[in-house]
Amino acid sequence: MDNELISGAEALMRALENEGVDTLFGYPGGNIMPSYDALYDHKTTLNHILVRHEQAAVHAAQGYARVSGKVGCVIVTSGPGAMNTITGLADAMIDSTPIVVICGQVGAAMLGTDAFQEVDTISVSQPITKWAYQIRHADDVATAVSRAFYIARSGRPGPVVLDFTKNAQTSMTEYHPQKVDFIRSYKPTPSPFREDIERAALLINSSVKPFVLVGQGVELGDAREELRAFLEKAQIPAGCTFLGLSALPSDHPLNMGMLGMHGNLGPNVMTNQCDLLIAVGMRFDDRVTGNLKTYAKQAKIIHFDIDPSEINKNVKVDLAVVGDCKHTLAEVTRLMEKTTHQAWVDGFKPYADREDVKVIQPAIHPTEGPLLMGEVVRRVSEATQDKGILVTDVGQNQMFGCRYFRFTQGRSVVTSGGCGTMGFGLPAAVGATFGAPDRTVCLFVGDGGLQMTIQELGTIMEQRAPVKIVLLNNNFLGNVRQWQYMFFRKRYSFTPMVNPDYEKIAQAYDIPCRTVTERGQLDAAIQEMIDTEGPFLLQCAVKEEDNVLPMTPPGANVDEMLLEVK
Amino acid sequence: MNQEMTKSQCGDCKVCGKCGTLDCPEGRTCYTILVYSENVAGILNQITTVFTRRQVNIESLNVCASSTPGVHKYTITCFCTEEMVIMLTKQIEKKIDVLQAHYFTDEEIFILECSLIKVSTSQMLKDSEIGRIVRRHGARIVEVNPTYSIIEKKGLTEEIVSLFQQLDERGAVLQFVRSGRIVVTKSPVEQLDRYLEERESQRLK
Ligand SMILES: Cc1ncc(C[n+]2csc(CCOP(=O)(O)OP(=O)(O)O)c2C)c(N)n1
Repeated sequence: MDNELISGAEALMRALENEGVDTLFGYPGGNIMPSYDALYDHKTTLNHILVRHEQAAVHAAQGYARVSGKVGCVIVTSGPGAMNTITGLADAMIDSTPIVVICGQVGAAMLGTDAFQEVDTISVSQPITKWAYQIRHADDVATAVSRAFYIARSGRPGPVVLDFTKNAQTSMTEYHPQKVDFIRSYKPTPSPFREDIERAALLINSSVKPFVLVGQGVELGDAREELRAFLEKAQIPAGCTFLGLSALPSDHPLNMGMLGMHGNLGPNVMTNQCDLLIAVGMRFDDRVTGNLKTYAKQAKIIHFDIDPSEINKNVKVDLAVVGDCKHTLAEVTRLMEKTTHQAWVDGFKPYADREDVKVIQPAIHPTEGPLLMGEVVRRVSEATQDKGILVTDVGQNQMFGCRYFRFTQGRSVVTSGGCGTMGFGLPAAVGATFGAPDRTVCLFVGDGGLQMTIQELGTIMEQRAPVKIVLLNNNFLGNVRQWQYMFFRKRYSFTPMVNPDYEKIAQAYDIPCRTVTERGQLDAAIQEMIDTEGPFLLQCAVKEEDNVLPMTPPGANVDEMLLEVK
Repeated sequence: MNQEMTKSQCGDCKVCGKCGTLDCPEGRTCYTILVYSENVAGILNQITTVFTRRQVNIESLNVCASSTPGVHKYTITCFCTEEMVIMLTKQIEKKIDVLQAHYFTDEEIFILECSLIKVSTSQMLKDSEIGRIVRRHGARIVEVNPTYSIIEKKGLTEEIVSLFQQLDERGAVLQFVRSGRIVVTKSPVEQLDRYLEERESQRLK
């Protein structure tokens, strides 16, 4: 056995198994065929999901990774196959999602000759990956794969590309399993300075109005418990970013709601009233901060992050605690005084009440008029006892989804945050069903976004992937229409859209489907969807010209939220 | 070093670097970034895109093997604010195969550049001032043939630029080339060695 010679392609399969890979999303083609041939003998351990477009393979791997905490894995061919992964790579990069994308490549001898289906994948993908590497020798496979997975999952996670030349797939090598957990030029988790931990505790102990911004870093660092202990010890209120939504249960008394342009009123307004702003595993995205010139200027700011290059990038901070927040939060908590900030916490209530009356109740409990996205989302969430996984596409469906879905468990949000990639939802939901097979995966998607990756209904059909697809159909590219309404004098330039008959489409793909046009039909249809085993398409004919509120207009101050639009 | 030459002379110092001005009028400073990386392909590309994204021009760039086997050294100069150079350095260091990136002001480093100036031999023989300029600048004439002569000058940016400008004023210059800056740090601490030692001890754990 020791000196057994196997192909590079076979070595790839063994290396993937060695990394604990159980699921691959992919699409075959010429320059990856040797690897697909090897895969044929590993079908029982490596469950390959044939998608219908390579972009979808990447989004599926992202969905898989986000809900499972494992590294998502993709295998595609060279040239067009590799190029179709680019959008997903960019999305995974900005949202720190650990995936490894293996692309075919022409034989090393033909590199640079403009060979058939040759594209310089490394150069194209380098700016949007954590690491991109070309495997040109079969001997290099075991180490490269282990390095790729180590880089993808460690520190601040991200996407990795392995560009696998055809000759490396076909030539022979001895395979020895590798376990890379050290790269001298790469320090994934910087160690925090004791002094910074102490200073953080000091600042928190002397703060009267502290406020915490919870980001995805808490989920990625598996620090939900540490976060809770931290918040509860000093009774510090918190707001969550999009990607941090399920890091803290929605009904936790200290959870003041969502941050950002369409977030909740309280956390946004109070950002500009607190005396200490504590950011944990978030990166001060412009959709969260609004106008930086007026953002939290009254407050001292502490930034907990694992990535030193995030410190002072957008917002100048008074103190940075660089390191793994699972560790740093716990350390700071130990030095914190047990206390309450009752008056300060109570101060959020009037804003919550105002938003509830003005925005939330009308959105989730309307009594007349057309069906609204908000009520659909809330009913679906309730039907899962708030235990479902929320997957959204991009647009109003995403904003309403994130605003009104509720969370009781971690790793329950799959949405395209930093990139805002329409077409993300459907394939990401497919991936989520493989990453968390025991949970209910609920996708909210618009009529625009669904059609961007609608071919994945084929994957769902073939796999019987139990995606609960909630199509929020408003016959518009709704989010853009809202901006046109608010900022472009209601000139609806190419946002109304003629839709196909989605029931027929569902039927063609053998996916059970129900269309709801009236409020009275909603609950029964949702129950039917939840009770139906496997996939389901619930089409909701929602109000055509609805607006997501509240809203901080682009570039406005974080505390200048509109509760209504004229 | 000729002190007078350190102040802005061409009036367009912030990007052209011609006058070798050390203090940029817009609050930008000349920084030298030293990057050490593993010897793998594609690093240069990754480093330069950090500058492109941040819309900072690279003024000069030198790449060579370092004194440590398998480690490459990049010497990059640019004009920017301190805030920006901190961001650039952190984003470069974030690249997986980059070992270290540090930035320095001119006071913290020993600097050397070299240049070659090709002049017409007949003009040089006609115009005796050319020879005086060359001697005043401590430059060397390394080639003389009936058509052209080559002057070599090593030193600081501003010395080289001064030589070039004075020769150019006399209409003598056929070609001019100036190398990227190379530097060594003045600090007694060798940061790369220290980093590698630290990492090796961590590897063994
Ligand atoms: C790939 C891509 N193209 C374009 C956009 C710009 N965009 C953002 S939201 C949106 C409209 C989405 O419409 P729809 O999918 O129907 O969802 P709705 O907003 O109506 O819920 C568009 C076009 C985008 N985010 N992604």
